[in-house]
Order: sequence, then C-alpha cells, then structure tokens
Amino acid sequence: MSTHDTQPDAAASSETDTDRDTVVLEVFRYQPDDEDAEPYYETFEVPFEEGMTVLDALLHARDYGDGTLTFRHSCRQGICGSDAMFVNGRQRLCCTTQVSDLKQPIQIDPLPHQDVIKDLVVDMDHFYDQMHAVDPFFDPDDPPSNELEEQLQSPENREKIKMATRCIWCGACTSSCNIAAGDNEYLGPAPLTKAYRFINDEREGDERRKQRLEQMTDDHAVWRCQTQFSCTEVCPKDIPNTEHIQELKRLAAKYDLSLF
Amino acid sequence: MSQSYDRGIVEDYGRWREFSPGMWAWVLHKFTGWILIGYLFTHIAVLSTVLDGGATYTETIQGLESLFIVRIMEIGLLAVAVFHILNGVRLLMIDLGIGLDKQAASFYVSLVVTAIIVIASIPTFLGEVGV
Repeated sequence: MSTHDTQPDAAASSETDTDRDTVVLEVFRYQPDDEDAEPYYETFEVPFEEGMTVLDALLHARDYGDGTLTFRHSCRQGICGSDAMFVNGRQRLCCTTQVSDLKQPIQIDPLPHQDVIKDLVVDMDHFYDQMHAVDPFFDPDDPPSNELEEQLQSPENREKIKMATRCIWCGACTSSCNIAAGDNEYLGPAPLTKAYRFINDEREGDERRKQRLEQMTDDHAVWRCQTQFSCTEVCPKDIPNTEHIQELKRLAAKYDLSLF
Repeated sequence: MSQSYDRGIVEDYGRWREFSPGMWAWVLHKFTGWILIGYLFTHIAVLSTVLDGGATYTETIQGLESLFIVRIMEIGLLAVAVFHILNGVRLLMIDLGIGLDKQAASFYVSLVVTAIIVIASIPTFLGEVGV
C-alpha cells in the first residue's frame, strides 16, 4: 500500500484541519502490465471542496496524484452511465455521489462480478451483450409509411414506462445481482427493465409484443429473479427494477397459459 | 496488452455487511428452507420408529424430549419455521405485486413477529424438561 498526497502544500498544512478539508480515498489498483500483477489499495488525499462528487475526487487524485489511475467517466452528470463503481460497499454513480454524504476513508472498487481490466475499469462486454439480447430499440409492427411521422403514445402509457426509460446502461444493477453473478445466461435486471419498457409500449403492436414475451418465458429470463431487491436499491436513476421484473413474471405466466 | 483480473467468489462473502434487507431476507429464506428440509428427514426417521411398535415410538419420543438440547433445538426449529412461513407470505405478496415498496419493512416485521412468537414459546418448550 502506498500513499499519494495530492495537496501541493500538504506538508505545510496543520494536522488539525486535515479531517475537515481533505478527502481520503482508498482506491483499488490493478495494473495488468506489471510483471506479477496483484491488486492493492492505494490511498489518495484530496482537498475537499463544497459540492465535490466522488468523480471530482478521483479526477483530482489522477491529475495531481498518480496519472496512471484509470477509470471511465464522460458526461459527469449522471447521463452517460460510464462511472458506476463500488463506492463504500455499494454500487453508485461516482458523478452523482457527494463526497460529503460518505464515511471516510472512501473505498472505491471496480464494479463487483465483472472482470477488472485495469484499476477501476471493468469488462462491460457481457453486460452489453445481455442488453442487446432483448433488442433494446423501438420496433413497431407497422412503421408509418413516412418514417419521419410521429408515433404518438398516450400519456398514461408513457407514465407506465417512464421510469424504465431512464436506464443509462451503467450496469450497477447487474453488478449488484447475486443471481446474475452466478448465472451468466441470466439476462439480469437492466435488460429485463428494457424488455419491460418495450413490452409495455402500446405502439409496437401485438406481433412484436408476442416475440418479446416469448423471450421472457425463457429459463434464464424473468424466472431467475429471486426478488433480492439489490438492483432496485442501487439503481442511480431510481428505477424500480424488481417491480418491473415482477410484472414481467405475471405477463410471462399469462403468456404461457395463453390467457390473454 | 490487457488481461482481466477475476476477483473470484471472495467478493461475495466479503460484502455481507453491505447486504440490503431484501438480500438478507433472501439469504435467511434459503437458509431456513434447507434447515426445514433437513428436519423433514429427521422427522420421518423419528416417526418411523413406530414400525417397531407403539412402545418403541413412545420410548424414542420420551428419550428425545428428556434431553435439554432437543428442547433448545425445537425452539430453533420453531424460529426457522415461523420465519420461513412469514417471509413466504411476504414473497407471495411480492409475486402478486402487492406492496413492493414496503418489502424492507415487511422483512423487519417478519423478524419481529418471529422473535415474539419464539420468546412466547420458551415456557412451553423448556417448562417440563426432565418430565
């Protein structure tokens, strides 16, 4: 374990205000290029600023501490979904998590249940594969002849899928799911929420809906969910994933019984 | 040149302090379920002593019930069964889509009700040890 002090004048600053004015980060490091690479935790001390997010602290640690510290980030405002990490024992979006809300030292790990490529960067390929497996795009049976024509949705229908449309593909939910960790074929919370969003979109038509429901009746789709509620707890966009999956289970059961 | 570092299964167990109520409910439900399955076999084994005649059965039961440890285990069995039933009802509600936003509270209620029932049962189970 090594310590990087990222405050230029840290030696000069007194011990007393260290507690209040600095943020201590314990960051998971793993460098695959090293000869015998073993992961370790590195401590960074970053000057605290009002409104500082975990991502801000990481950026400071990288810019003034160790330039080789690697993590994904892009929009910095909770839209791109690239900086989901395991912060103080929970999947969070670093850019929407305030440092002041967390106990120090703040421990930052890469997302659990995903292979680590370097430092805080995990391999998201499998997650994306599962997302693509549910055809996460609007695909109506009868597209209008003029493809630029608006396809209107009733306000009630929009309300029903509103939360599910907020998914930003950050992978926090799938990372938190024990079942997804143990069963690589299981679609996982985010893909199922995507499926919910399109199955309940009244504009797609019966044919497409049937195909989507058919997929939900698979052994590794909705029935794998064991309602641990982890995905709902960690979702940075507050999507009630479990609730959506439970509704899909009821739809899948009805579909299997052909009652609708 | 990059290779993936797989952190293996250790991370799962290392996370237990961070488990959410829903996760604990799941863990306890599995755990109590396995105990009940195990008990089922012991139960059948004890009951099957009746095949040797009523006297053997009575002797076996009296012998077991005179042991303090058996009384303690019976309390444990009650705790396990009551929690499994209550959480089972909770899961049934969740499957029906009722009160999903109250899932954490209903887990705590299951625990509290289990505790009350178990504590209330202690006099019954331990009252006549050695009789």
